[in-house]
Amino acid sequence: MSIAVALHDVSCVFHSQNMTVRAVDGVSLNIAEGEFFTLLGPSGSGKTTCLRMIGGFTLPSTGSIQIYGEEVSQRPPYERPVNTVFQDYALFPHMSILDNVAYGLMVKGVDRTTREKKAASMLELVQLPEMGKRRPVQLSGGQRQRVALARALVNEPRVLLLDEPLGALDLKLREQMQSELKSLQRKLGITFVFVTHDQHEALSMSDRVGVFNKGRLEQVATATELYNRPTSEFVAQFIGTANVFSGEQCAKVFGFKRAMLRPEQITLADAATAPLSGAVQEIQYFGSFWRARVGTAALGEVVVDLPVGGAALPVLGQQVGLTWSASLVHTLSPSAD
Amino acid sequence: MPSNPISSAPVRVSKAPGASLGLKISTWAVVAFLHIPLALIILYAFSAEDKTYVFPPPGLTTKWFAVALGREEVWAALLLSVKVALWATGIAMVLGTLAAAALARTQFFGREAINVLLILPIALPGILTGIALRSGYHTLEIPFSFWTIVIGHATFCVVVVYNNAVARLRRMSPTLIEASMDLGANLFQTLRYIILPQLGSALLAGGLLAFALSFDEVIVTTFTAGQQTTLPIWMLQELVRPRQRPVTNVVAVFVIALTAIPILLAYWLTRADEDSQTR
Repeated sequence: MSIAVALHDVSCVFHSQNMTVRAVDGVSLNIAEGEFFTLLGPSGSGKTTCLRMIGGFTLPSTGSIQIYGEEVSQRPPYERPVNTVFQDYALFPHMSILDNVAYGLMVKGVDRTTREKKAASMLELVQLPEMGKRRPVQLSGGQRQRVALARALVNEPRVLLLDEPLGALDLKLREQMQSELKSLQRKLGITFVFVTHDQHEALSMSDRVGVFNKGRLEQVATATELYNRPTSEFVAQFIGTANVFSGEQCAKVFGFKRAMLRPEQITLADAATAPLSGAVQEIQYFGSFWRARVGTAALGEVVVDLPVGGAALPVLGQQVGLTWSASLVHTLSPSAD
Repeated sequence: MPSNPISSAPVRVSKAPGASLGLKISTWAVVAFLHIPLALIILYAFSAEDKTYVFPPPGLTTKWFAVALGREEVWAALLLSVKVALWATGIAMVLGTLAAAALARTQFFGREAINVLLILPIALPGILTGIALRSGYHTLEIPFSFWTIVIGHATFCVVVVYNNAVARLRRMSPTLIEASMDLGANLFQTLRYIILPQLGSALLAGGLLAFALSFDEVIVTTFTAGQQTTLPIWMLQELVRPRQRPVTNVVAVFVIALTAIPILLAYWLTRADEDSQTR
């Protein structure tokens, strides 16, 4: 499989009024052809800057960016074989939906009949066949999102960049668009580079995820690997919920200096015989499970997820024992910070 | 961007609290104070009396329109004024747009200073602009001509074009330009297909205002014109020697029409735009 996008030691430094910000700091990354790759991280972690450097809207301070082996790091956006779906969609308000979608073909000099036919079939692909004559203001948020997608895809890009494209949609629509995007990507076989701060979105859609923290790439892995074998405390805490322990007490209980256990990997047991015990401080209902917070003397607060319809729930203040399978305990290296 | 335009639309207050009677009366008094003189000018254009302003006019006639149209110097002055206004507006549109493009989104040393200096000519008393230009022409040994008037007018015409363009550019989402370039358009294509259409009505409104400003300008023109007589200057000269006064009023009626129409159009254009943007 060939490499679609390759970043080699890319940094981006912004200077603003006697402040220097390393938005992206020494990132190296290979994205394979046809891959659904997600850049995940909290706001300000550098994921969007990274995407903008691939698109050409921000130029890297150092390092090289290659798209299908071709060095593009200093090229303007219109000389790169990528297209972008913007966070605010950026539809041209003075053009009809059809003209918006046909724009990329129009500036390349494709004749009107051909480009309008292609644009119309692209609108069909995103299930908006009747909307061509309307203006962007007449469309709902979800519809605009689809138009932005069609407008990018009509150019048959080799790589599609998506900058938090679902961020402005409500939950139901967002979940629907997630599965639509995923099936569209499978159908077209185009490489997708997707930016989000939503870990659920990242885990459910991506082939691989790159987790960003403070301008650095902390870990690149598949969703299951990130969840089960995070390499740093930051990744462990950012993806899902994690109990991260450290220190001498941790070594005594688990046999490692730093260990991680997911809340659902812990079960309740008899307080007298369990390796860890404490009082239930809080208990919350989440629909598919109950989440209890147990205050232990040895390791502080431990989060435990209890299945619905399982054993009787403990009450607040009750002493409970905690147990787990030793094979699930994951060891961690200290975080970059 | 609101996803549901209905729920997020501003609530229209159907019953605004009524203004007090005193406020209503004083508002209408101010409107009357501003507009009765204009009405009188229009009335006197039809007056049968030709030496003094008598109210009410002894009789009404339309003969002054024929007299005014028959006087060659009126036509010459009108033509000069229109030509000056067109040139000044054209120069202002090019320079104002370029200045707006440079200042709308960028950050550089001295940006605020340039912004203030660009707007200054419209706040500055015309007499200062006039004196400054006159001494400038003198120092540079530029003889007075049609072009010295045009340059004088362009100084304040630039301001209205700049103001309109910069406001529109700041409202425009910067990702529109990025999206255009992302879709393969180079800088020139982006300017032609995205930026100029977005600026269009703002530029038109700015141009119309600039035309109106230039058309009735007296002070700067007085300082920068040589032998040329623009329409406002001609009117000033006519007032000094009271011959066929109603002819001056007829010309004034033309001036009112020629300046009011562009200003109303500009107002209507910018308002319609704001409506569609905030929708």
